[in-house]
Amino acid sequence: MTFWVNFLPDSPDEARKDDGLYTQKPVVVGDTLPAAFGFGRTATQAEIARLDIDVRPDGKGLPAGEGKPAIGKVIFAQKCAACHGVGGVGGPNGSLVTTNDPAKKRPDKTIGNYWPYATTVFDYIRRAMPFSEPGSLTNEEVYNLTAYLLHANGIIDEKAVINAQTLPKVTMPAQTLFVPDDRKGGPEIK
Amino acid sequence: MKKILRLDQLTTKLSRRAMLGGAATAAVAIVQTAQGKTVQESVSITELLPDDPTKKVGTLAGEVGTRSSFEKVVKKPSDISSRSPLQDFYGIITPSDLHFERHHAGVPVIDPTKHELLIHGLVDKPLVFTVADLKRFPSVSRIAFLECSGNFRTGKETMSPQDICGLTSQSEWTGVKLSTLFREVGVKPSASWFLAEGGDAAVMTRSIPVKKGWDDAIIAYAQNGEALRPEQGYPVRLFLPGWEGNTSVKWLRRIELGDAPWHTREETSKYTESIKGGKIRQFSFDIDARSIITFPAYPKTVERGWIEIRGLAWSGRGKVARVEVSTDAGKSWQLATLQDPILDKAHTAFRYLWNWNGAETEIMSRVTDETGYIQPTFAQLIEARGPDGGYHFNPIAAWQIKSDGRVLNRPER
Repeated sequence: MTFWVNFLPDSPDEARKDDGLYTQKPVVVGDTLPAAFGFGRTATQAEIARLDIDVRPDGKGLPAGEGKPAIGKVIFAQKCAACHGVGGVGGPNGSLVTTNDPAKKRPDKTIGNYWPYATTVFDYIRRAMPFSEPGSLTNEEVYNLTAYLLHANGIIDEKAVINAQTLPKVTMPAQTLFVPDDRKGGPEIK
Repeated sequence: MKKILRLDQLTTKLSRRAMLGGAATAAVAIVQTAQGKTVQESVSITELLPDDPTKKVGTLAGEVGTRSSFEKVVKKPSDISSRSPLQDFYGIITPSDLHFERHHAGVPVIDPTKHELLIHGLVDKPLVFTVADLKRFPSVSRIAFLECSGNFRTGKETMSPQDICGLTSQSEWTGVKLSTLFREVGVKPSASWFLAEGGDAAVMTRSIPVKKGWDDAIIAYAQNGEALRPEQGYPVRLFLPGWEGNTSVKWLRRIELGDAPWHTREETSKYTESIKGGKIRQFSFDIDARSIITFPAYPKTVERGWIEIRGLAWSGRGKVARVEVSTDAGKSWQLATLQDPILDKAHTAFRYLWNWNGAETEIMSRVTDETGYIQPTFAQLIEARGPDGGYHFNPIAAWQIKSDGRVLNRPER
């Protein structure tokens, strides 16, 4: 941003008396930004830990605990099936489990055929589900539900144990389908 | 004297003819009495709509202005979103209460005195900012559009611009540049992505390349001259000019700097689109250039003679370079007039004068942005991406003009 003193001398005589008011260079505020303003306060490790609930595909962020498909199946029937259908198929808020229903022209996008990383299942259930009681599940319940949904989609064995070590190692069927955006503007339609 | 502060409920559409007799209740209003008391009471048509407005003192100055009772301009809500009435707008700024809504677990109520933004991860100094802290930093304002990338509907003739692509709106956004905060916390050179997290019940997250944060990202606390509307992320949101709306995370509570994307639900199972070869395109941030004629458009009708065709055009990659209009179903195209200001990554108004001879035809617009991208047809998009449709669909929209003056959407497929 540029600031000029916005008036001109009325007469040549006045202009001769110019003391630099009209000729000095404008000051550019952007050039004078301090390295830091000192606003805000230092975050404590405790408050970071309280908010930092995200999980990455490499497993960073996964908590202690574990889950099994058989236990997750019971929780799913109680807390999830009303929206996502019995066994994760159908339901008003969408299927989570892949079926090969020949009657469907296009298959539903599910965890089994569309989700590229298993860690996202844990992260999303923990942060936002169940819809009517978000954030109400324990880590153990989330691990159990994750295990159940992976098993129901035929991705892991029914005896598999899902925890911080095993979940990042699960390879999802859709992972190789994902490609980053390469649109760059210009005349090409992509 | 009695002062009408606010009309709560109109009994019927205000028409003198419909209100024969005059003494019938025309509206329920919040009224300030001569004694200074505020009460709710019914107001008669004579009090509300005198025969001659020059012969009756009107409503006195109030605390908050109101839309005229004669104007009915509303968003169109579904369970998960609410669409802006593009056909009812003039100029390029969307009134804040008519800005489209899209959220994943409703609109939270957040006390601005308790809300904080945490920035941590690959930084020298993890910091917590209150809303008051954020307002102390140097501020920036810019006018830019915000569009949901899932913003195309077709299939019926009786669709308005609001139905077809009402998930786009434009505001003047004010806040602090994210680069200013990046400097404050000391973002490490190893940081390549950041996670933005909302404080709503979806605790919604998106991974964003750090470069966008340094380029032009804003932590916005104001919209069109006042605090953000709750539906728009009150008290603070991320605003990423030109990028798909979902990345501009609302009710922003946390930013984490990292060295890889998180692959959150909203950037994997949602906001990705099928393309050719069975592949799925991810991190499609830029909004492709798009335009639509907003007048004449369903449900309006037209009369033979001069018609000013009006519309909006925009691009997530820069400025609108030109808009062309066809009044012969795409056989020939003429340049439309662009209305200043023509801003970077902003809705730009266009107009084209047309003398309609009464013959049935189709009218449509197409935009070219400053990168040379020309808005495609529906068929071109299907040809380029395959038949699945999905996000980032920005086809030319055509209006059928019937000989009786009706204007109807031309459905695709």
